[in-house]
Amino acid sequence: MEGNTSKTALKFDHVKVLFNEQPALDDVSFEVPAGDTRILFGAAGSGKTTVLKTALGLIKPDAGRVFVFGRDITDLPEEQLFDVRSKVGMLFQESALFDSMTIEDNVAYPLLNQRSIRCSVEEALPRVKDALRFVDLAGTEEKFPSELSGGMRRRVGVARAVVTNPPLVLYDSPTAGLDPVTAHTIIKLIAKQRDVKSTTTLLVTHRYKNGDVMANFHYDPSTDSLEPNKGGYRPTGKTQFLGFKEGKLIFEGAEAEFEASNDPYISKFVKHNG
Amino acid sequence: MKEPFLALQEFFILAGSALRNVVRRPHYADDIFIQMDQIGVGSLPIVILTGSFSGAVLALQMARALADYGQVGRTGQVVAITLVRELGPVLTALLVAGRNSSGIASELGSMKVTEQIDAMRALGTDPTQKLVTPRMIATAVVLPLLTIISDFVGMVGGFVIAKTLLNLDGAQYWASVWQSLKWNDLAQGLLKPFVFSFAISLVGCYYGLNTTGGTQGVGRATTQAVVVASVLIFILTFFITKIFVDVVNT
Repeated sequence: MEGNTSKTALKFDHVKVLFNEQPALDDVSFEVPAGDTRILFGAAGSGKTTVLKTALGLIKPDAGRVFVFGRDITDLPEEQLFDVRSKVGMLFQESALFDSMTIEDNVAYPLLNQRSIRCSVEEALPRVKDALRFVDLAGTEEKFPSELSGGMRRRVGVARAVVTNPPLVLYDSPTAGLDPVTAHTIIKLIAKQRDVKSTTTLLVTHRYKNGDVMANFHYDPSTDSLEPNKGGYRPTGKTQFLGFKEGKLIFEGAEAEFEASNDPYISKFVKHNG
Repeated sequence: MKEPFLALQEFFILAGSALRNVVRRPHYADDIFIQMDQIGVGSLPIVILTGSFSGAVLALQMARALADYGQVGRTGQVVAITLVRELGPVLTALLVAGRNSSGIASELGSMKVTEQIDAMRALGTDPTQKLVTPRMIATAVVLPLLTIISDFVGMVGGFVIAKTLLNLDGAQYWASVWQSLKWNDLAQGLLKPFVFSFAISLVGCYYGLNTTGGTQGVGRATTQAVVVASVLIFILTFFITKIFVDVVNT
């Protein structure tokens, strides 16, 4: 066990996941060094969400091994997985906020319930306020998720995912169904989290532009905006693109290779540049 | 063919895990009290209403049958035994199943299809400990209490009929109620709702947590939970009654 000091944040080694005896993931292998960003592309049902859920231990692989910060989580019982999950933040596809709780309670939830964190309410509240300020939603503490717009709910989801400062954050289609302006705000938040807190990031998306922004822009705290990676700026980690098709990892490489790919399935994502 | 057996196996795994959590930390006392309020206090009006009318109907029907033997004076006895041994526990359990198995299944089902259950696991909480165990404990506490209330208001319903329509003496009615009830009746009258409570809560939780297929799936889970819990109540009451009958006979 290498704990948090492992240079590899996440490793899939010939992972196979079956749903109703049909492969949802088929012999998938990849590695994400700590600090790197991976953009997961693929059509609906290609296995992207399954990758994220398997990385969190929410789905057990039928074959292969999964390592999170060097620890093999494949056969860990649920009890021991809680410790691993405290190092991983996740934004679910539709945010998955607890609809019977206020925004404050939602964001405080991991702080109060993660077994390796478990802080008191007094300790949690300032961190919740910080996390909500981080996503520009200060003042919404007492509201319920149903009182917020779709974009605001995603931002609360981001706040909940990052409130514990996890070194690895997984984002499942964070901009799906959002207008371009709100989608840009969400991507800016994801880049901000990556660049300010140096987190390893896995981003599932259908929009090529999201991957393009993550690969070529960085968050500038002085202007509170995304700036292109040029001049003296050196990104802390590499951004690579992964392409999934019918549960198989069919592409892994840099953005330039992704754009130059002759595979008609991959080039569809580049052409539909949205 | 193997699916029903797998489902049964999963149900028993869930039940075992929920029972184990009773003695495991963390305990969600707040959730238990919230559920006790929703299941217990929330069910009180319908339990009182149906309990009192079932007692009244029982008195009316039994008095007619007892009149053939000149035993109308024993109406209180028949009402009390029927209510305490069988009708009170079963009727109350069916009402709570209709109201709460469905409620639990739809609430947990909605959480499942909106990934809130996955989010709960991802954020460090065991959904069985947070959602299933509190509902199981709350139902196990409130269902016997609701049954006692139902039995009592049923006897009051019978008393109203005995006094007003059958012209029986009130004191005689209550005396026959009191004398007819044995410890054995009270034991099975309280054991039944305690056992039914596990069927009601765990079946609701099982179908809720295994919901698939969006909102349509939630509807399906809700219906299945009520049907299975109701059928289980009838099967369980048969076996508990059989055990008590055998004990009395020996």
